[in-house]
Amino acid sequence: MPKFIVQVIIENKPYINDPEGETIHRDLVVKGGYSNIQSVRSAKMLKMVVNSKTESDAEVTVKKLCQELRIFNPVVSNCTVKAIGKS
Amino acid sequence: MAARIGIAVFPGSNCDRDVHYILNNIIGVEADFIWHTQDRISGYDAMIIPGGFAFGDRLRPGIIAAHSPIMQEVKRMAKHGVPVLGICNGFQILVESGLLPGALMMNDSLRFVCRWTSVQVTNNKTPFTSQFALKQTFGIPIAHGDGRYVADSKILKELKKKNQIVLRYESDNPNGSTDLIAAICNEEGNVMGMMPHPERASEKILNLDRSRNSSSEAITIFWSLVSNLKQKAIA
Repeated sequence: MPKFIVQVIIENKPYINDPEGETIHRDLVVKGGYSNIQSVRSAKMLKMVVNSKTESDAEVTVKKLCQELRIFNPVVSNCTVKAIGKS
Repeated sequence: MAARIGIAVFPGSNCDRDVHYILNNIIGVEADFIWHTQDRISGYDAMIIPGGFAFGDRLRPGIIAAHSPIMQEVKRMAKHGVPVLGICNGFQILVESGLLPGALMMNDSLRFVCRWTSVQVTNNKTPFTSQFALKQTFGIPIAHGDGRYVADSKILKELKKKNQIVLRYESDNPNGSTDLIAAICNEEGNVMGMMPHPERASEKILNLDRSRNSSSEAITIFWSLVSNLKQKAIA
């Protein structure tokens, strides 16, 4: 069976402040001369290798597990699941 | 029959022994350790989920422990009205189990905070706070990296409406928690999660204020619980 890479990005909702992203933005990016960068948000990324018939099946499986196992806390985070090709 | 309290133990729990010691030796109630793989629990009148770093806080604090066999039992017991107290990491586990609403996130300072703080009792109708006066303040230590309690506006409204905010930091906010929240309970009041550590302030020798001849009032959390269990037994 083919293997696909599925990426899970857990990002905090806009109403949650993100001191890590703010520090990276203010003290590294802007001070480093990139003043055209408007903001930085930090997030957590998980990369899963899935045995699956098709890429879209792999994505569906991962979406399901994210909900079922509470991979993210829906009160504070959004979760984006995206297949990014064969492993 | 004397009351018995269960203490859940996960790989990475580190306040389990403190709670066990206080309950058995200071309060004088029988308390036992229960390993997280236990999928049937009977004969316990209350459960305590202690602090620590269950499963190394992998993914985020509390989430892996929330899926463990013992927590499925704790959920069942909570539904039947058994008092469940989560302290620090235990609070995080209760939130991730869905027994309490909201989320606990990294402190807004991005630093681990370990110090004494002062909290105020804003609900003294729970089995854990019934022996406090309403608005009573007392000193209690905190020690956490992820103690910022976050509730969106909808959850916060519900918490206030249903009187679920049990303890608030008195003035300075040590972690950036919404509305200075230090402890909340479920709608029924039998499940409470708190970030501060009552077990670390329940003896005179551990009291910050050495001039006082007693432990911090934090021990009242355990006295309240035990007196409620006794009352229940009599009823």
